[in-house]
Amino acid sequence: MADGEAAGNVDPDVLKGNDQADGRREATMERVAIIGASMSEFGQRDAWIRELLAEAGTACLDDAGVAPDAVDHLYVANMASGEFEGQTGVPNALAHDLAAVPAYTARIDQTSSSGGAGVYAAWQSVASGASEMTLLVGGEKMTHRSTSEATDVIASLTHPVEYKHGVTLPSFAGLTARHYLETFDAPRESLAEVAVKNHRNGVDNPHAQFRKEITREEALDSPIVADPLRLYDFCPITDGSSALLLCPESVAREYADDYALVTGIGGATDTHVVHERADPTTMGGVVNSAETAYEMADADPGDVDVAELHDMFTILEFLQSEDLGFFEKGEGWKAAQEGVTARDGDLPINTSGGLKSKGHPLGATGVAQVYEIYEQVLGEAGPRQVPADTGLACNVGGFGNCVTTTILEAR
Amino acid sequence: MTRDDTHSTPAEGSNGDPRTDGGNPATDGGEPEDDDRPALAAARYPDGSLTYPAHPIGPDGEEPVETVDLSEHTATVVTWTTATATPPGVRQPNHLAIVEFDVDGEPVRAIGQLTTDEVETGDEVRPVYCEELRDPDAGIREPDSQEWDGYRFEPV
Repeated sequence: MADGEAAGNVDPDVLKGNDQADGRREATMERVAIIGASMSEFGQRDAWIRELLAEAGTACLDDAGVAPDAVDHLYVANMASGEFEGQTGVPNALAHDLAAVPAYTARIDQTSSSGGAGVYAAWQSVASGASEMTLLVGGEKMTHRSTSEATDVIASLTHPVEYKHGVTLPSFAGLTARHYLETFDAPRESLAEVAVKNHRNGVDNPHAQFRKEITREEALDSPIVADPLRLYDFCPITDGSSALLLCPESVAREYADDYALVTGIGGATDTHVVHERADPTTMGGVVNSAETAYEMADADPGDVDVAELHDMFTILEFLQSEDLGFFEKGEGWKAAQEGVTARDGDLPINTSGGLKSKGHPLGATGVAQVYEIYEQVLGEAGPRQVPADTGLACNVGGFGNCVTTTILEAR
Repeated sequence: MTRDDTHSTPAEGSNGDPRTDGGNPATDGGEPEDDDRPALAAARYPDGSLTYPAHPIGPDGEEPVETVDLSEHTATVVTWTTATATPPGVRQPNHLAIVEFDVDGEPVRAIGQLTTDEVETGDEVRPVYCEELRDPDAGIREPDSQEWDGYRFEPV
């Protein structure tokens, strides 16, 4: 509470009930609104990490019409600016570049789910009453590194017994895809449907790295990367940034007539050593984070109108769509093949183009997923718009090691 | 499990020095004698469960009570892949598998390189010692922070 109290801006209602063991969450939490959002162009950029962060941060404040000196907390979601670029201390650098000093600041690293973890930290700062205006900026600069080097930076999250064998995130995907296809008798073609769908969606996203359609045959004939997965089963290496501005709902009304509410959010982990999981086709972090988010939102999977899932690899869209409760275990591939998850289907998934087409700048990804859901529930997604009052974003770090699930509703 | 399976030595990963644990690739001419090979060390916990690698606290919330050398057992391939895009210092292509050992009725899984891609899910494999699985000096990880030798899996 220190920052908020120092500014003299804590709503006493936020604090009441702090000593009540039961229902403490409901008693103490302010409803958290998102009043601004931005996303830079994803792809191969000339800009370095500081410039990428400042670009999205500035655009987000402009989007909401909020001055930088109103920001109490500033979070930067980023996995590895030190390893990629030799630039550390990026939260303070961004606070200075945005003239947001003396805002409290911190870097949130949770590998590929840094963005989702940033959303969680930003939500927490407002829900707790510690901040009345929190800016979250996610970003990563990667493309100056070779694919081999970037893969190694990401693979450095693995346990020593994995790393010494040369295990990478793509190889985990190959291992899991083979097991999924064999266990559920799913056709290899069903994975290609995910790539084709997400590339189609990305055509209409002006921020996406790839804005071109691909055919099922192109996906199936592309070079093998981690058997049975091929090039078009994988997201690219990407530079980019994205930002969200969060505040209590009472403050949101001062700035905007239309805003989104974070009605549910949950974060969870699974084992660090991937092969120790009893069922390789289930991501426990997705199951547990979603359970928390659904409970908080008083919602169930059937209430979700649109979802952004972490399709770093096509197989992950199946796993998450099942672990989030959208489809029965082993049935996610059928939904993709039958068009259920297409933009005009019953449950559109990855209307943004997903990581597959939009790109995957690690720390920016989880923020950009929520950006897409924010646009969807506010009816501002342009040609990508689907009928949506409630949307869900699921951001996965490692190979399901850390997960944040966020539910937004329009107000 | 038999007494031959158990060791009082620390589980793999706790030493972190390949020069003392697994022989020196720079000076050793070939595979070390059996006695020189480190264990493929799984940990057993009070409830009987096993993990590879060992953890300070096991799934049952208790500390491990003994070490089991999986290199003396065969395993079954749960799933496998061949990765063609490998990071610095890693062989290309890199055949990998998740395998499951059955130690007197208790399952424990491991991941590791395969000696070949001539393998199918369900095949039986045996661990084969390798002094250096990837070049410790080529990747991002500090070479002294972990071991680089270990076991590949070969179809029986």
